[in-house]
Parts: sequence; C-alpha cells; structure tokens
Amino acid sequence: MTSQLFMQQLANGISLGSLYALLAIGYTMVYGILRLINFAHGDIFMMAAYFMTFSIVTFKLPWYIAIIVVIIATVALGVLLEKVAYRPLRDAPRMSIMISAIGASFLFSNLATYLFTGVPRGFPDIKVLTTTVKVGSISLSVATLITPFITLVLLYLVLFITNKTKIGMAMRAVSRDFETAKLMGININRVISTTFIIGSALAAIGAILWGSRYPSIMPLMGVMPGLKCFIAAVLGGIGNTTGAVIGGFILGMSEIMLITFLPSLTGYRDAIAFIILIVVLLVKPTGLLGEKVTDKV
Amino acid sequence: MKRKLSLFICILMLLSLITACGGSQDSSATADEDVIKIGVFEPLTGMNGGGGLQELGGIEYANKIYPEVLGKKIELFVHDNKSDQGEATTVVTRLVEQDKVVAIIGSYGSAVSIAAGDIIRNAQIPTMAASATNPMVTQGNDFYFRACFLDPFQGEVMANYAIEQGAKTAAVIMQNGDDYSVGLGNFFINAFKELTGDDNSIVDISEFQLNEADFNAILTNIKAKNPDVIFAPSAATTAPLIIKQARDLGVESLIMGGDTWENPAVIDVAGADAEGIVLSTFFDENDPATEEARRFVEGYKEELAGSEPIIPAVAALGYDAYILLRDAIERAGSTDGVAIRDALRETKDFEGVTGIINFTEEGDADKNIAVIKTVENGQFVYIDTVEVK
Repeated sequence: MTSQLFMQQLANGISLGSLYALLAIGYTMVYGILRLINFAHGDIFMMAAYFMTFSIVTFKLPWYIAIIVVIIATVALGVLLEKVAYRPLRDAPRMSIMISAIGASFLFSNLATYLFTGVPRGFPDIKVLTTTVKVGSISLSVATLITPFITLVLLYLVLFITNKTKIGMAMRAVSRDFETAKLMGININRVISTTFIIGSALAAIGAILWGSRYPSIMPLMGVMPGLKCFIAAVLGGIGNTTGAVIGGFILGMSEIMLITFLPSLTGYRDAIAFIILIVVLLVKPTGLLGEKVTDKV
Repeated sequence: MKRKLSLFICILMLLSLITACGGSQDSSATADEDVIKIGVFEPLTGMNGGGGLQELGGIEYANKIYPEVLGKKIELFVHDNKSDQGEATTVVTRLVEQDKVVAIIGSYGSAVSIAAGDIIRNAQIPTMAASATNPMVTQGNDFYFRACFLDPFQGEVMANYAIEQGAKTAAVIMQNGDDYSVGLGNFFINAFKELTGDDNSIVDISEFQLNEADFNAILTNIKAKNPDVIFAPSAATTAPLIIKQARDLGVESLIMGGDTWENPAVIDVAGADAEGIVLSTFFDENDPATEEARRFVEGYKEELAGSEPIIPAVAALGYDAYILLRDAIERAGSTDGVAIRDALRETKDFEGVTGIINFTEEGDADKNIAVIKTVENGQFVYIDTVEVK
C-alpha cells in the first residue's frame, strides 16, 4: 500500500461519507420530531436530481439559478408530502404513518418511472463542479473536494437553527414532548413543516453533488443511498444531527476502506452497511450519540 | 380518519397498478383465429431499459415490414421485464398462460433470459433471443434459440484485440449477480491468460453490485496496479459511471466493454471521457452483409428519423429474431410449438441483416464475426471486423 493510494482512498471515503451525511441529517431530523422514519426521503433525493436535469437541460437555466430553483421545488415537494401523507395521520398509531411513508416512497419511484421512463439520463455537466483538480498526487473533482466542507457548513447551520433560534427551540420542545409542547402554544404544524423544509433542502443539495459525481439519473437511484443514509442516522444515534453526520462519515469510510484493504471482497460492499446496522442495534441500540429515551406511559 | 386513510391507500394501490402496467402495450382481444400472436419480453425500464427499447424498435420495425405469416396478421404482445429476473418469469408466464402466444422474442440481457428459460421449455414455446450472449441461455433448452454470437467468442475477440494493441496486463470489473457481466468477464479472463501464457497477466478482478454508482475505490485500486487495459462488461447505465470516474482519477488505461456499450447513453453521460473506449458489437451499418441488410439500413434509418445517430446493433438483431421466427412459422405451416421448433432447427443459410444464419445443435446462430468499434468525436466509429475460426 503506497501512501499515495491510501491518500486517494481517504479522499474517496471522506467525500462519499459527507454525501451520506447530508442525506442522513434529513432522516434524523424527521425522526427527532415525528418519531417517523421517512422512507420517502431517498425518493425526494431522486426527484431533486430529476429537477436539476430538467431545469438545466430542458429549461436551459444557468446552473446557479437552477440550483436555487431545484432547492425550492424539492422543498415544495417535501412539504407537500408531509401535508398529504403524514399530517392526516398525526393522531393515528405510529404504524399507520410508517406504512404511509413506505407507500409514498413507492408512489414516487413508480411515478418517476411512469413520467421519465426507466432509461437513465445523464446529469447536466456543471463545469464548476466537475473540473478535475490535482492535489499533490491525488486527483479529485471539485464536487468531491467541496462536498465535505458544504456538509460541515450545513451541519453548523442546522445546529445553529435548532439551538439558537426560536423555531429551533420549538423544535427541541416538540421533539422532547409532543403533547406538552402543543399545550404550551407551540404551532406543531409549523414546526414540522420547517423540519421537512430543512430536510428536503439538504436532500436537494445532496442530489446536486451526487449527480455531479455520479452523473446517471434513474427512478431507483434513491433506494440504496436512502437505505444507507438511514443506517448512518441509526449509527450516529437517530434523532441527533451531529450523530447523523458522524454516522455518514463512518459508513462512507468503512465502505471505501473495505475495498482498499480487502479488494477481494468488493462485491460485498453493500453488505458492510447492513452488518454495521445489525452490530449497532445489538451493541448500542441508541447509536453513538443517541440519548436513552424512556417511554412515558 | 379511518375512511380517509383507506381512501388514501386505495388511491396509492390504484396508482401503482397503473404505473405497473405502463410499460406494456395490451391490445384489445382479437379472435384467436384471425391473428398469430408473438410475445416480446424486453427490459423497457431498469438497468437495461435503454438497450431493451432499441431492440424493441428493431422488432416492431420488422413487424411493420413483414406483418403477415400463413395469410394471417402477426400481432406482437410486448411486456416489460424491468431488467429483473423475477419480473421476467412473471411476464413470460403471462405471455404463455394469458396471452397464449405461439412464439416469443427476447430478451436483451442474459440474466433475464436465463431466468425465463425453464418456463419456456416446459410450455414448449419456441423462443428467439436477439442479443442475449451468455451460453446458458440456450444450453439444454430445446426451445430457446438465439440470433447473436456468444460470450466465449466475444471474450476471446476482446482479449485478442487487447493483445494486438500491445497489452500485457489487464484488470476486469464485473457486476456481481449479473450473468452477462460475470460470464463475459470470466471468458475474457480465460482468453487473456491463455493468449499471454501468463497467469498473472490479470492484475485485478473487482466486483460491484446492482445500482452501484461509486467506483472510485475500485478504480483507485486498479490505478495503483496500472494495467494496460480495463475490461468492464456492464450495462449501459453503469458504463459511463465507470469510464468517467476512471478518467477523473487519472486512469489512462484503455477501457473496453462488451456489446451493451454500443448505446448513445454511454456517450451522452460520459461525454468527452468516452473518447477512445473500445467495444465489440454485432453489426455495422456501413458494411451491410446481405441484400436484406441493405434494405434494412435504408428503411430503418428513415424510420429512426435521426433519433439515433447510428442504427443500434441490437435493433438489427431484434429484426433478425423476428424474421427468423416468421420464416420458421411459414415453413412449419402451423402454430404448433414443436413444429415451429423443428422448422427453426432446419433453418438453412437464412439471409438476415446480421449475416447468413444457420443454427448449431444448441440453437445458437453460427456466427464467427464480431465488429469492433471505438468512440471518436462523440460518435461510435468502426475499427475492424474480426473473424475467429
């Protein structure tokens, strides 16, 4: 193992991990507030990638405007999803809302297959993001290079919102105790909508960075990243934003390191994510940074 | 609340039903006596969606040119197998049990064809694969035929070409669980080792899984071993991701693939990075082998009306699969499965678009010619026609 090879793999791992982290924040926030695993999050991510393709290829928008349009469209979709599929079930048993989430996920991927066909499309080539730069002996695309920084900045932003603003305080209150927060006059619907706005915006940014690195867009592209990011969120302690980012980094890094050190096992790459999930659930079900929550009867 | 929930679930189920049927074209029932039904199962969505659509284009064009057999109209029953083995068995069962077709064409993708093989044999429905190249598709199956060459041949052609270009070492990337990719990869490995006479000439074998998008780690490993060529038989969905990431990492090896790579999607997505890749395919429009081919190239170019830069080889094979079946039904004089199979076996020097076709004992088209192409200025360009005795 040369140090050059190792450095390149390290860069691969950090950058894949930070992509996972961006999506994992969305899972963990919704879980923190609603105690719901939003299975449709991966499909929101997929739709964002299609939005990007359409706004640049079909509507010929310049990339910096397209990014804003895509974030707004994705946020609208996320809020709509919450309004249509989750809000009517607010008082229903938790199982119903979970089934609704799975249904929404299938609806999105089938709808995308129906509307855009299953034939993969190319993701628009945003020169600013896809240019290759050489750092020493390792070569990286700009997207690869900036993804970890974007992730950290966004993490800081999310932490700032949840810890320093009024809506953030409301979010924490709702996450601590739904009923009491309601009694204290907190507008639950507004808090939940805000959560979905933040989660979907992060999914949109994740999709744009993902597409620049892996420029093949298809209706089922959100399934595997969705599952893995959910695992990352569980690993970091679901409900904890910093934990989700750490979980994402660990997951991305372990996948890449598996291939680096055990090249004969490259075919089992997806398995490692699920092995991590099982081990976490067995050894520390609350995840790395998760708090132990006692259910009040 | 309960009513709302059940209404919502009903709508969901209805919608998924509609989208599930979206890929297939169900024609209204016609009296059995008036038409001859030929089933088509192709991947119109999923990993092989692009190639499946191209192949279907050729089949439908053939149906337009030769719409009749035995004085009756031929009706195509097209179903989408979604590039999925499970789905393939479902749609073939449907073709056999529900649509009651007399013969089947398909499918692009060896894995789905192999999966459907047992049902076809048990139902005794003669089936013609257009471009499924894995040997197991027709092996031990009396009713499965194919119009294209096989992977052992293709693997040898590519290994030969690599060595002619001066390659001494090679790395192979295959998709775990895809019969086409693993099959072709291994045939290449064997041929390359034999031709170089060196067991260590294959420096790296890496596998990936369905829907994988990140090849950076695999390619970084390969880059460290610096092989002369990288052979990566894979779907047209995956190919551009591999090519692009390899070039981004600064891998300069010659990158080669199989017949699935002759798809405009590869060039569209990989862009400038696709320049110089090498692939083998079945057919070249600039070198029509027969009179039928000349007519096909002219007519189909018009039909495509510029929607594809070149005639895809799988469209030519789809066309051949259809006219081979039609010819056999004509000679059999009936729609009985066994009679059509026997007629197919007796096919002699049939003039197809992809050359003169005879069948071997196993039901494979006896072909020993492959076309090698590369990409230049965003176009597939003919390099050579290779004949292996």
